[in-house]
Amino acid sequence: MGRYILKRLASAIPVLLGITVIVFLIMAMIPGDPATAILGSYATPENVEKINRDLGLDKPLVQRYFIWLGNMLQGDFGRSFSLNRPVLDEILDRFGATLILAGTSFVLCAVLGIVAGVVSAARQYGLADKAITFTVLIGISIPAFFLGMMMILLFAVKLRWLPVSGMYAIYGGGDLPDLLRHLIMPALALAAVATGVIARLSRSAMLEVLRQDYIRTARAKGVPERRVIYGHALRAAMVSIIPVLGIQAGFVLSGAVYIEIVFQWPGVGRMLVDAILKRDILLVQGGVVFVAACYVLFNIMVDVAQSLLDPRIKT
Amino acid sequence: MTILSLTRRTLFAAATSVLALGALSLPAQAQTPPGVLIVGQIAEPKSLDPAAVTAVNDFRILVNLYEGLVRYAPGTLEVEPHLATGWEVSEDGTVYTFTLREDVTFHDGTPFDAEAVKFNFDRMLNEDHPYHDTGPFPLAFFFGSVESTEVVDTHTVRFTLSEPYAPFLSNLAYPTGLIVSPAAVEANGADYGRNPVGTGPFTFAEWRSNEAVVIERNAEYWGDPAGTEAVVFRPITDANTRVAEMLAGGIDLMVEVPPTALGQFQGDGFEVVEQAGPHVWFLILNAKEGPFADKRVRQAANYAINKEAIVNDVLEGTAEVAAGPTPPAFAWAYNEELDPYPYDPDRARELLAEAGAEGAELTFYVTEGGSGMLDPIPMGTAIQADLNAVGLDVSIETYEWNTFLGEVNPGLEGKADMAEMAWMTNDPDTLPYLALRTEAWPSEGGFNSGYYSNPEVDRLLEQARVATDQAERARLYKEMQAIVQEDAPWVFVANWKQNAVTSDRVENFSLEPSFLLMLEDVVKN
Repeated sequence: MGRYILKRLASAIPVLLGITVIVFLIMAMIPGDPATAILGSYATPENVEKINRDLGLDKPLVQRYFIWLGNMLQGDFGRSFSLNRPVLDEILDRFGATLILAGTSFVLCAVLGIVAGVVSAARQYGLADKAITFTVLIGISIPAFFLGMMMILLFAVKLRWLPVSGMYAIYGGGDLPDLLRHLIMPALALAAVATGVIARLSRSAMLEVLRQDYIRTARAKGVPERRVIYGHALRAAMVSIIPVLGIQAGFVLSGAVYIEIVFQWPGVGRMLVDAILKRDILLVQGGVVFVAACYVLFNIMVDVAQSLLDPRIKT
Repeated sequence: MTILSLTRRTLFAAATSVLALGALSLPAQAQTPPGVLIVGQIAEPKSLDPAAVTAVNDFRILVNLYEGLVRYAPGTLEVEPHLATGWEVSEDGTVYTFTLREDVTFHDGTPFDAEAVKFNFDRMLNEDHPYHDTGPFPLAFFFGSVESTEVVDTHTVRFTLSEPYAPFLSNLAYPTGLIVSPAAVEANGADYGRNPVGTGPFTFAEWRSNEAVVIERNAEYWGDPAGTEAVVFRPITDANTRVAEMLAGGIDLMVEVPPTALGQFQGDGFEVVEQAGPHVWFLILNAKEGPFADKRVRQAANYAINKEAIVNDVLEGTAEVAAGPTPPAFAWAYNEELDPYPYDPDRARELLAEAGAEGAELTFYVTEGGSGMLDPIPMGTAIQADLNAVGLDVSIETYEWNTFLGEVNPGLEGKADMAEMAWMTNDPDTLPYLALRTEAWPSEGGFNSGYYSNPEVDRLLEQARVATDQAERARLYKEMQAIVQEDAPWVFVANWKQNAVTSDRVENFSLEPSFLLMLEDVVKN
C-alpha cells in the first residue's frame, strides 16, 4: 500500500509542473497588464513601463518563469501587489475559509446524496422514490448562484433568519454558532447540485447491487432488511459511489468560486476572481497552483480509499 | 421499514433541523450596534498607504484616517487650508510656502511638522530616498513638477516647482497628498500599507482580510471629535449582495448603488443621497482617419445620440446630460453658457449627407465595466441603435476593462472609430490637458486616443496651467470648452451623480463632489 501511495504521489509531480507552465503562460498571454490595472485611466505608456519595472515584469518570460518556480520551491510565492502582502499568507488565510465551506458542503452532499439514493433504491417506484427523484431533478437543474441569491432574498432579506453574507458577524461574532449561521446558506447552495448527482448515482448503484444473487441469499436466510440494505448492498455499491464522490469534491471546490462571490465568503475562489480582474499575476499563479495541488492530492486520496475498498483496483 | 415509519422519522428530522435553524438564526436579527457605522464598500482596499493607491474605493477609507496640507472645502472642489494654516505663492508661481498647524500629532504620538511633510514628498518623488522602495507610487506624477521640498523651520515648508503649475494646490488636496507618519513608515517598511498612521479624526484599529477594515474615533484629535465611535468598512464586491445586505440591515451605508436597485430604497427606513461630481462619460471619436476625421460627422454623432434617454432610461436618472468636456461640478471653471447638443436626428442626417458619410461603417469599442464607466454595455447598445437610426452602420466590439484600456490608451488608429471612456478628476486641468492637446497624442504619452488637434485649444490649456489667478484660469477654461464643444472630438454623454443609501439610523451624512467619503460628522443612532 505504501508503495502504491508513493507511486501515485510521484506521478503528481509532472502534473503540477505542467500546471505551473500553463497558468504562467495564460497569465502572460491574457491582454491587459498589472500596471494598467493599477493606473486605470492614468496608464500612460511611460507610467506603465515604470510600474512594470518596479514589479519586475520587464524581464524575459522564461527568466520570469524560472525565478517564480525557483522561489516557489523554496516556499516563497512572492508578494501580491493588489493586496500588498505575501501571496502564501493570503492563500492560507483564504484556503481555511474555502475548506470550511467546501468541506461542509461535501459532507452535506455525500450524506444527503447517499441517503437519498439508498432510500430511493430501497423502495424503487414508491412514493419516497418519486419524491426524491423529483427533488433531485430540481436540485440538479437550478444553477447554484441563482439558488444562492433566492435563498438570500427569502431567508435573509424577507425573513431575516440568517445573515446575508460574510463568514462572521462584523461585530460581536466570531464563535461557532456565528460561523454556522453564516455557513448554512452557502453550504446548502453549493451542495445542491452535487447532492443531486450523488443521489442519482447512488440510486442506480444500489439498484444494480440489489439485483445480485447474494442479496437474495441474504434476504432468504432472514437477514433483516435494514442490514441487507446498509450492511450488504451499500457497502458493495460504495465501490462505484466513491469515485463519483471524488469528482463531486472537485466540483464543490470549483463551485465554491461563484458561491463565494454571491455570499462574499472570504475564500480562495473569490480571491482568484478578484486577482484575475486586477491582473495580480503572482496571486493568480500561486492560488491556482495551490488549489491544483490540493485537487491532485484529493484525487490520490480517493484512489487510495477506493483501492482499500476494492483490492482489485491496485494495479 | 414502512413508509409510515420513514415519514415519522423524516418528520422528526425535519422538526429537529427547523428547531436548530431557529435557534441559530435568532441572534442574527440583531441590528448593527449604535455608534458604529458599517459601510458597504465595493472592494477590499489594496493598501492604506495614500501614496500607493489609486482607487476611489481606497480613498474613501484614507480620507478619514489622514489629512493633507489642504483639502476640498466641504460641498465644493475649492481648496482650503487643513494641516497648513495658509500658504504663499511666489510671483512667478513656482515657489509655494506653507505654514503648518502647530497642535497636530500623528496617531503614533510623533509630531506633525515640516520634516514630516518633506519626508512624505521625498519618499514619493526621490528615487534615492531610503523609503522610496515602499512604493510603487503610481500617482506620484501629480507632483511631478516639484523639484524640491525644503524645511524652512519646524512649522514652515517650501515646495519649489520646475515651472508654474496651477493644479498643484488641487493635487495636494487629492488623497495622494495625504500625509503619513514618517516614524510608522520607518517602523513598518513595505507593510506600512497595512499599518497606517495619520493625523485624521479616526485612528486605524484593525484590518481583517476580506472581512473588514475598522477605524476608531481619535480621542486626541486636534479638531472636533468624530461623531461615531468606530467605522467598519466591509468589502462586498457583488452589487446584488451589497443591496441585499443593505435591505437586511447588515450595513448602514452603501455607496455606488446600482441604478436599477435604487427603487428598492424609496420607502421608509432608507435615505438616498446624491451628489454630482467631477465626472464625464464620453465617446472618443477617431479624428485622424475614417468618417470622424470630418467635423460634421462628429457633430452629427452628437446630434444623433439621445442622451436624455440614456441618462433617464439606462441610468435611471443617476446622471445628467453632459454639455462639454468639463463637468459642471468644477463650478468656477464651468462654462454655463454651453447647452448640450440637442437630440436632433434630422440635423444629424443633414450633416452626414453634407459630409457624404451616409451608411459609413464604424467600429465601436465598448467595455464591460470599469472605474466610472457606469453601465457601459447598455449605454453602448443604446448609442449603437441611435447611430444606426441616422444611417450609420455601427458594429460593437466588447472588451473586459483592462484589455479595453490596453486597446484604447495606445490610440484608436487602424482599429476603431469610437470608444467609450469616462474620467473622474480633481482639477479642470487634468482631463483636457491629458486627453485633448496635440501633445497628448498617445505617441507623446498622453490619452488623446482620438488624435484631436486644435492649436487654439493647446494654447489655452498651456496658459491655464501656468496662470496662478483663478479668475484668469476660469476664463481660459471656459473659452476652451466652447471651442471643444464646437469641434466635437468626443460625443459628450453624461455627468454621473454619485449616490449612496443610508439607513434611517444615520444622520449628518452627505456626499462630496470630490467623490471622497468624509465621515467625521456622521452620527449613527
